[in-house]
Amino acid sequence: MSNENSPSVPPNTPQHPAVQIDGVGKSFAGTVALEPVWLKIRQGEFLTLLGPSGCGKTTLLNLIAGFLEADSGELFINKDLVTQVPPHQREIGIVFQNYALFPHMTVAQNVGYGLRTRRVSKEETAERVREALALVKLEDFADRKPNQLSGGQQQRVALARALVIRPKVLLLDEPFSALDRNLRTAMQVELKEIQTRLGLTTVFVTHDQSEALSMSDRIAVMSRGQIRQIGSPTDIYDRPQNQFVSTFVGDANLFTATLVERSETTARLTIGETALQLEPYQTDLPDPGPVTLFARPEQCRLTQAGQPGTIPATVALTVYQGSYAEVHLDCAAADNRVMQRVPANEAPSRGTTVGIALPTQGPAIYSLNGEAQ
Amino acid sequence: MKKSPLDHLLDWSGRILLTLILGFVLLPFIVVLIASFNDSAILSFPPKSWSLRWYANAIEYRDFGKGLVNSLKIAAIGATFAMIAGAGFAYVLNRYEFSLKTLLNSILMSPLIIPNFTIGLGLLILSTAASLPRSIWLVIGVHVIIVLPFVVRSVYVSLQNFERRYEQAAESLGAAPLRVLLTITLPLLVPGLVSGALFAVILSFNEFTASLFVVNQRTQTFPVAMYNYVREYADPTLAAVSVIYVIVVAALLLVVHKFFRLEKVLNVE
Repeated sequence: MSNENSPSVPPNTPQHPAVQIDGVGKSFAGTVALEPVWLKIRQGEFLTLLGPSGCGKTTLLNLIAGFLEADSGELFINKDLVTQVPPHQREIGIVFQNYALFPHMTVAQNVGYGLRTRRVSKEETAERVREALALVKLEDFADRKPNQLSGGQQQRVALARALVIRPKVLLLDEPFSALDRNLRTAMQVELKEIQTRLGLTTVFVTHDQSEALSMSDRIAVMSRGQIRQIGSPTDIYDRPQNQFVSTFVGDANLFTATLVERSETTARLTIGETALQLEPYQTDLPDPGPVTLFARPEQCRLTQAGQPGTIPATVALTVYQGSYAEVHLDCAAADNRVMQRVPANEAPSRGTTVGIALPTQGPAIYSLNGEAQ
Repeated sequence: MKKSPLDHLLDWSGRILLTLILGFVLLPFIVVLIASFNDSAILSFPPKSWSLRWYANAIEYRDFGKGLVNSLKIAAIGATFAMIAGAGFAYVLNRYEFSLKTLLNSILMSPLIIPNFTIGLGLLILSTAASLPRSIWLVIGVHVIIVLPFVVRSVYVSLQNFERRYEQAAESLGAAPLRVLLTITLPLLVPGLVSGALFAVILSFNEFTASLFVVNQRTQTFPVAMYNYVREYADPTLAAVSVIYVIVVAALLLVVHKFFRLEKVLNVE
C-alpha cells in the first residue's frame, strides 16, 4: 500500500532515502504486529506513523531503532544495510513518551551521555552539550537532576540528548502525550522549527491526528499492522483512500448508498429516495451495488427540508462550541449520526427536519464492507 | 463530621489494641534489657540490685570476640558470594526465556522450604564423606545457600520494576550492552542490591541452626558461641550481649536509611 510518488509532496534533494524499509514484518508469539511494510523516508522528511494503539506503529519504530529484530525484510539507513546492526551502532536519536531521562545523572550528564560513549574529548563534549542545551533554551539547567524539571523541560532535555549525537534519523515516540494542552502546542511548534532548521529526517509516532496533520511532511496511516494510506496531510485529509482513513483522520459523514452506474469521472447513485450524480476523486470505484458514501462535514450543507437533491434528516442534538455549533442529525441513510458545523447563532433546534446537500465534487465511494473502525 | 459514641469506642479500642500488640512485640526485648542490668549471677526477674558487670563480661569473654569475628567474616564473604550469584540468577530469570526457567526458579527458592538444620546436616554428611576439612569455607557455603533465595527475590523484584526505556535510551545513544549495564542498569538497581545485601548480612549473622552442624571450636559463629555459653553459665551476660546486638543492628539500619531510605530498600513504598 505504499504510495511513494505522491504528487503533493515537495521533492527534496535526496540521492538516496534516509530510511528504506523493504518488506519488514514482525510477529509476537504468532500474532502479527506488523505486516511486511515497504517504505522510503526521504532525507530531511518529517514522516508520521499515525494509527490507533495496537496498529503496529510503535513496532515499526522499535524495528527502525533496532530494539526489535525483524522477522522478514531488510532495513537501510542512508544506504547502509542495518537489519542485523544492534541499536547502539545505528546512530539514531530517540525521544520517548516518558522521556527516559537517566534519573541518577544531571541534565548535562544526560545530554553528554551519547558523546561519552563516542569518546568525544571533554572540551568538545562540554561545548556540544552547551550548544544542545542552548538549542532547547535550557542553558541554565545543566546541573539540575531530571526530577527537578517540569514535564516540558524534561522533554527538551530528552530532545537535546537525542540531537547532540547528530543522529542520522530522529525517532519520536508519542513525545507530546504527557504534556498538557497549551504546552503541547508550544512544544510542537518548537520541535518542528528545530527539525526544519537542522533538516533532520524524523519519524514521529502518534495516535493524535491533529498532531500528525500539523507537523508532518507525509503521514502513514496504519491499522492492524498495515499502512493503509501514505501521503501528505492534504492527501490524507482531502482524499482518504479507504473508509478507515476517512474516519480516523478528521470527521466523516458516512451514508449508505447504492451505486447505480459509474464512468471514468462520474458516478450515479441513490441515497434512500434521493438520486445523485457525483464526481469522486478516486481512480478506482467499487462495482455497482451497495456502497458507503463519504463526505467531510465542511463539504456538506444544511438546507430547508424537502429541497430537491438533498437527503432528509432530523436534528437530534446541537452542541454549542463557542464560535460554532455542532449539529448532530438522525438520517435514515446513515449508519451513525451525521454531524455538521454551523455558526452558533444559526443552529436549528432539536426536532427540526432539514436537508443535507452533498457536494458534487469531492466525496468518496467505498465498497460497503470496506471495514469499520 | 461529628463522631458518634460508637466511633469513639472503636477509636479508643483500636488504639489500645495497637498498643498491646506493639507491647507484645517489644516485650521480649524489654525483659532482656532490664535483665541485663541485674547484678545477680542468676537470670532472676525482676532484678533486686543493678550493675553493668555483665556488659564488661560480655566484651571480655574470648569466645564471643572470636565468634563475632567469625560471624562478620562469614556474613561479609557469604553475602558477597550470594549477591554476585543471586543478582546473576535474578537477571537471567528476569531477562531470558528458556525451557528450564521454572525448574531453576524452584531450585533457587527451595532453601525456603528445606529447614536450615537439613541444609546443615546435608553439608555435614557431604563434607565428612568427601573428607573436607571443617573450615570456615564450609560454614560460608551453608550460609550462601540459606540467604540466596532472599537475594534473588529482592533483586528480581527491582528488575521487574525497572524501566527498560532507560536501557533503550542509552543504547540509542551508542552505549554497548556492557556499558549500559555498568552506567545505567546497575546504578539504578542500587536500592534493590542494597536490600538484597542487607537481607543476606542480617540473615547470615543471625543464622544458628545450620551453623551448629558445621562449625567447630575454631570456626564457631557468634550465635553458636552464645549457645555454648548459655549451656555452661546462667548469668545475665547473654542479656547484655542481646542489648549490644540490637543497638548495633539498629545503628546499621539507620546508616542504610540515611543513604538509601529504608522504605525504598525494603520495597514497601
